[in-house]
Amino acid sequence: MTVSPVTAPEIRTEILGPPDIARTIDRIAHQILERNGDRPVVLLGIPTRGVHLARRLGERLTAFADRPTAVGSLDITLYRDDLRRHPPRALEETRLPPGGVDDAVVILVDDVLYSGRTIRAALDALRDHGRPAIVQLAVLVDRGHRQLPIRADYVGKNIPTAFGDDVAVHLVEIDGMDSVELARAVPTRGAAAQSRQGAV
Amino acid sequence: MTTTVRQIEQGRAASGPTAPPTPAQTPDTAPIRLPRHLLSAGDLNRATAEHVLSTAERIEQAIAGREVRKLPTLRGRTVVNLFFEDSTRTRISFELAAKRLSADVITFSAKGSSVSKGESLKDTAWTLQAMGADAVVCRHSSSGAPQQLSAWVDGHVINAGDGTHEHPTQALLDAYTLRRHLGPLVGRRIVVVGDVLHSRVARSNVLLLSTLGAQLTLVAPPTLLPVGVQAWPVEVSYDLDAALVGADAVMMLRVQRERMSGAFFPTAREYSRSYGLDGRRRALIAPHGIVLHPGPMNRGMEITPQVADGAGSVIVEQVANGVTVRMAVLYLLLSGEIEMAGGTA
Repeated sequence: MTVSPVTAPEIRTEILGPPDIARTIDRIAHQILERNGDRPVVLLGIPTRGVHLARRLGERLTAFADRPTAVGSLDITLYRDDLRRHPPRALEETRLPPGGVDDAVVILVDDVLYSGRTIRAALDALRDHGRPAIVQLAVLVDRGHRQLPIRADYVGKNIPTAFGDDVAVHLVEIDGMDSVELARAVPTRGAAAQSRQGAV
Repeated sequence: MTTTVRQIEQGRAASGPTAPPTPAQTPDTAPIRLPRHLLSAGDLNRATAEHVLSTAERIEQAIAGREVRKLPTLRGRTVVNLFFEDSTRTRISFELAAKRLSADVITFSAKGSSVSKGESLKDTAWTLQAMGADAVVCRHSSSGAPQQLSAWVDGHVINAGDGTHEHPTQALLDAYTLRRHLGPLVGRRIVVVGDVLHSRVARSNVLLLSTLGAQLTLVAPPTLLPVGVQAWPVEVSYDLDAALVGADAVMMLRVQRERMSGAFFPTAREYSRSYGLDGRRRALIAPHGIVLHPGPMNRGMEITPQVADGAGSVIVEQVANGVTVRMAVLYLLLSGEIEMAGGTA
């Protein structure tokens, strides 16, 4: 999701490769079935990468449970709490399944759980669309550093990170490949670069 | 004056909330920005105009079929509707758009305000400035009034029609309506008929639709075409029947009696015969063609009731789309202010 500063040198480590991501999605699908049993669920992906994860998760659920799963997308841009601090963002697609979300088990799907602000916005958006019976959260990566009391129900991978780190999720549908990468600034030279920037 | 503005800006920046550092959210591509004020449709280049239209599409999608048709996006912001000239649909449309985005809306019309006691535009502007309006939607009978206003207030000024000059949000909603029915406007042939001379709707539409790649034909009696129309990116014709054949859309303009002091055409009946849209002429446009009118209509003058209410008429839809498009404009103008004030753009 995020782009690291261009100039700072960094070390990139691959945390998950394509087979890991496929296995992780399979596992989350099984956990969803285990927890919700026969209750039908509605998967709502948060753009952009959450939408593709939700679709993949929906395909697995359909295969495992042998019944179709409702999948949609929920754009939360207009519900963000930092709209005044950033240039206007392009809005993404919001598409709810025909049945809506009233009285359903809704599972929000996103790629990275970080501050929790996106999920807070998603909960607000969801409230304007209807009244789900239960809302759960599935993420591919939880990198910590929460700023709000929010917790995921299904986590693909917990990655301990420092504040300046960057977790990059790449998906075939958008980036042409599946991978999760951790980029960490090189400590000494990074600091030098920062002070140089400060001097300028 | 400059000092005053700067002081106010500094005051705002200092009193702004100091939140914990949020995760780096640098977008993948450089964001498309609207100009600070929306004064002319000519200020929008193709990418910006399309950005506004696709934002409107997303907003429509986000609130379609919902019980709560309101978004919290502009909570705590103030939008002032400053209307020095009569208006029904534009004023209500802007008011509804701002309210749907949860902004506080103050509507100010010249009647029943200090303007009727002789207050100048500048003094009115300073009053608004003191009240801290984030956006000022201005309609005025003098061309250029919103531009003047934009020099006097800190908020974003949106031109909601100034004299015979421009009406950019009307052009945006027309483009939005056309795009919904015709798809991309590149190469589409659109005929604009009527009082081009007095029409701010026509001026803004010519600028915007040609930016979007449409081919425009203006049809009007020679007396109702402005001086210098040859330099516009349009074709001009006096023969409505010929221009209509195979057109993708026809936009009828209102005959603006309130702006007509001279004799521009002999009789209303003759105008209607030569330049009015009736059932026979309606049949000349392409089968998928649509009929637009910015309203208010003079039924029986520039358009017959049968055509106005008939198939392919999108006049009512234009009003509905107006709210959506104005929501998009308000959202795009009023987001990211702190960052811009900080000069990090």
